[in-house]
Amino acid sequence: MTAPTTSSGDIDAGIPPESPAARDARWGRPRTPMSLLGPRGASPWVGRLVFVAAVVLLFAGPELIADPTRLRQWAEYLCYAMIAVGVDLAWGYGGMLVLGQGVFFGLGAYAMGMHLSLEQTGPGQLPQFMSLYSDYSELPLLWRPFEHLWFAAAAAVVVPVLVAAALGWLVFRRRIRGPYFAILTQATALVFWLLLVGQLQLTAGTNGLTNFSEIFGRSKYEPGTNEFLYYLAAGGLLVVVVLASQLVRSRYGRLLIATRDGEDRVRFLGYDPAVTKTVAFAVAAGMAGLAGALVAPIIGIVAPNQFAVLPSIIMIVWVAVGGRGTIIGALLGALAVSYLKTRVSETRPDDWQYFQGLLFVVVIAYVPGGLVGVARGSWLRGRRLLGSRGQRGDVSPPRPTRGTTEVTA
Amino acid sequence: MEALLEQIFNGVSLGSILLIVALGLSFSFGQMGVINMAHGELIMIGAYTPYFLQSESGWFDGGAAGTAFVVALPLGFLAAGLVGVAMERTLLRRMVGRPLDTLLVTFGVSLILQQAARDTFGAPNVDVVSPTWLTGRWELLGVVMPHRRLFIIALVMLAVAALSAFLATRPEGRRMRAVMQNRDLAEVSGLSTRRVDRTTFFLGSALAGLAGVAVSLVGSVGSQVGTGYIVDAFLVVIVGGLGKLRGAIVGALALGLLNAFSEFWTSASIGKAVVFVAVIAFLQFRPNGLVSFRTRGLVA
Amino acid sequence: MKTTRPRRGLMALFLLLAMFAAACGDNNDNSTATGGGEEPAGGEAADAPDGDTIKVGILHSLSGTMSISEVAVHDAELLAIEEINEAGGVLGKQLEPVIEDGASDWPTFAEKAEKLLTVDDVAVVFGGWTSASRKAMLPVFEGLDGLLFYPVQYEGLEASPNIFYTGATTNQQIIPALDYMVEQGMTDVYLVGSDYVFPRTANKIIKAYAEEHGLNVLGEDYLPLGETATATVVSKVMDAQPDVVFNTLNGDTNVAFFKELAAKGNTPDQIQTISVSVAEEEVGGIGVDNIEGHLVAWDYFQTTDTPENEEFVAAFKAKYGEDRVTADPIEAAYVGVHLWAMAVEEAGTTDVDAVREAAKGLAFDAPEGPVTVSDWNQHISKTARIGVVNAEGLIDEVWNSGEPIEPDPCLEKYDWAVGLAQGECDAAKEAA
Repeated sequence: MTAPTTSSGDIDAGIPPESPAARDARWGRPRTPMSLLGPRGASPWVGRLVFVAAVVLLFAGPELIADPTRLRQWAEYLCYAMIAVGVDLAWGYGGMLVLGQGVFFGLGAYAMGMHLSLEQTGPGQLPQFMSLYSDYSELPLLWRPFEHLWFAAAAAVVVPVLVAAALGWLVFRRRIRGPYFAILTQATALVFWLLLVGQLQLTAGTNGLTNFSEIFGRSKYEPGTNEFLYYLAAGGLLVVVVLASQLVRSRYGRLLIATRDGEDRVRFLGYDPAVTKTVAFAVAAGMAGLAGALVAPIIGIVAPNQFAVLPSIIMIVWVAVGGRGTIIGALLGALAVSYLKTRVSETRPDDWQYFQGLLFVVVIAYVPGGLVGVARGSWLRGRRLLGSRGQRGDVSPPRPTRGTTEVTA
Repeated sequence: MEALLEQIFNGVSLGSILLIVALGLSFSFGQMGVINMAHGELIMIGAYTPYFLQSESGWFDGGAAGTAFVVALPLGFLAAGLVGVAMERTLLRRMVGRPLDTLLVTFGVSLILQQAARDTFGAPNVDVVSPTWLTGRWELLGVVMPHRRLFIIALVMLAVAALSAFLATRPEGRRMRAVMQNRDLAEVSGLSTRRVDRTTFFLGSALAGLAGVAVSLVGSVGSQVGTGYIVDAFLVVIVGGLGKLRGAIVGALALGLLNAFSEFWTSASIGKAVVFVAVIAFLQFRPNGLVSFRTRGLVA
Repeated sequence: MKTTRPRRGLMALFLLLAMFAAACGDNNDNSTATGGGEEPAGGEAADAPDGDTIKVGILHSLSGTMSISEVAVHDAELLAIEEINEAGGVLGKQLEPVIEDGASDWPTFAEKAEKLLTVDDVAVVFGGWTSASRKAMLPVFEGLDGLLFYPVQYEGLEASPNIFYTGATTNQQIIPALDYMVEQGMTDVYLVGSDYVFPRTANKIIKAYAEEHGLNVLGEDYLPLGETATATVVSKVMDAQPDVVFNTLNGDTNVAFFKELAAKGNTPDQIQTISVSVAEEEVGGIGVDNIEGHLVAWDYFQTTDTPENEEFVAAFKAKYGEDRVTADPIEAAYVGVHLWAMAVEEAGTTDVDAVREAAKGLAFDAPEGPVTVSDWNQHISKTARIGVVNAEGLIDEVWNSGEPIEPDPCLEKYDWAVGLAQGECDAAKEAA
């Protein structure tokens, strides 16, 4: 594998800059976010068209789904897609297997959940659970700022980012990586769950925050509310997808991929991989936090079990099924698996666990590229059969490599 | 003073359980880089073995529960080992060099095994009858030491001794150590790393089975039994260092004692959080665990 | 290697497609039904069932941690539905159960409850086990004006007009158990519970009671849900030497707790325990040796001596196997289905308001003895019982309250409990 960072960057400052045309000739046409949507080597217009069509489809959701319950479920899936895009950024592009993404999802959800709980009771009042399970006579300090929507919304993103940045910095600076990192994040999810459950007076324990009948000033069961929430989720997803695709295309994105493929080489080139990885980890956490903030009013409950060890692993499945290292794959994977989960568990509840387990095994062991990998493979084969030449050959989805790869001259 | 001694015993006892649970994991993880999330379900297989012998097989009716338990020890060892080998042969050998993927695949396997256990043995927990010779207790300096816990401590010591003897003297053991220290060098020296991998994985899985039989004495036996131990076991492994027997022993004891004392002084939930914070802090100083190989390689 | 790769990928793709197809296969009827769902769905739509069947929802965890307990409750509800159908159904129509899986996950409970009420248009839902799942479903049932029958003992302090509580509330289980302790002269109490809402609330009530009745609470400890390392807590208990441990542990932790207690040499005549979440089903998992002679507090045991119970136990075993046992929540679930059917017959419709009205004061000869639905809080009056675990793993009654106890979810009749509930029941009272 070759490191795509070589053509630019401060280390080769002495070398005269390559002309864009020459660079394209060497590295292939750089991919714009939109062209990333189309098959590799296709005209950029394919990608642009797909993108526009997808956005139209996304915002036409309420027209296509008449049943309010189903629409609400789709809004929920969109939030999951946001998490998946973040996970993909960290895992697919950055090579960091995050098994504790539920923590950040949860932080976002609790931030918004606290605000919604307070919205039900009115200013100065204690949320219902607090008057039942705690000795507080007035609102605890931690809760007070969440009376304001702007604060809750900001905290839902900022807090996960800060927590992830702190944790990531501590861990990456000491070059803790691979399985060690994965297990540490998993333990984080466990501890987060324990604390949420244990700090009953502040968090309502296992019950979680519920009973959000008023959402941003409107009743939850009013006809328009589900549409409103759906549009919120769709908008959030759009922001996340655009941000992620800009990020992976930027110089930073190339550095991130390079770090994944050869962390030590990147270090020798003068970059600090700890910074690169911490940024990706924190951005992914922010996306999960945003998803959490949106999912709280949609599901109407924020409880610790949503953020424990198992759901965090499911987040990885979404990305693996869709195709890691591609944003569209992560997104589709989250939608497909969540939809299937609803469907299968409605018709055959007993079989869902078998099904889920099998999905894991089959996808990871036999189709590491996921849905997108399969689609891309058949596209390329189809082109080859038709006689046209693939532009730069089959760039198979990245696989984490073992040990160091040999340094190319 | 008595309370202190009591907590030391509780800590050692918890440490011994953590150690036997983590021992097998440390091997498959250390040598093959396989993060076996189905390790908990291999423990589950071990835990169901004495139940199967005592209640479903009908071979040990009429008060032979103790005998059944003794038979369950080697049988659980073997059963879990064979399931492990089946996993290795069908799935894991496809994924050499993709450690993070093994984590996800084995997680899928664990989901399937759990549901299969629920379908086979029913959803409720089942009861494993302790042999009568394990129901007693000793008292020393005011500390009550149940025979069951002493038995587990003894079993762990025996397993550790047998394992280190195996690694030090048997040719298979020496090959395992060679592959663990430097896979490529072992391979170019003519070792079949595939075969060594299979041995390692059998041993790691079988140890999980043994752990399962042991924990059936102190905890519940049900389809979820493994999930309760798995995160703790991983923490032991990363604190101790990959594939290092010595590291695992010290790590398990340290975590067990820390857990017992912090739980004694605070509460169980806070106690767990304290342990986690301690692990993070510890890894700041020793990112590769207590015991690690010193190499000049970039990737330890 | 190179030549086999595409084939392998294709095979895998094929497998995946087959899985997806299998998943969606028998869905089509379902989705076509929902596609045309133009009319605003809700509780109102359920009052005019036009088909030959009435749909009823069953919503329990069939997968995940809670399935250990909830599967049996789901079985009992199906048994009751079968009995009702064999007797000619309700309003001349057969009941058609729509079964959903809560998957031990509270948001899933809320989501499936909404789906049952809107997409399937069920007349009633029987479901839930944990308080958390009930709390998650509550706003859905209130928002869509549906009806939920909840079958498990719980921590009280709630009275939703959309929920019927057929399990015990605190004054039908915990307070009688405390009265029994006082009567037996057990004054030094140690509280051990799982770290979640029910034990915390129960212990708050117990501490208020203790202050009033001169009990000494020697200690209070909580273990995380699912925890199996109980040695330290048991050490603490043994050091404190209480007369009795009031045990609100849940699930797997009970197994480890009782095993450790027995292993440390405790017998019920040294430190007695009284458990409120250990029933016949759990005794099997704990092991009779470890828990024989310990006390439990419920409103029903498999051994409860009524003709209705004899029939119920026989029917349950005939349907699900001789080795199955019945227990309090199983019975409460069974009673719930029958109560609902009676209320519907009385009301002549499945309309939620009419059923709620018709249910008031409804009396039923349940396996646990006569029960009556309260006039205002939708709990039922029940006879409290204390039992001791016997050598067969069943529970022998040692004490009962003599007559059914009126439900008092907000503990308004107890002076010492003032301030615990803070007007949670006022709304329900006003409505009645």
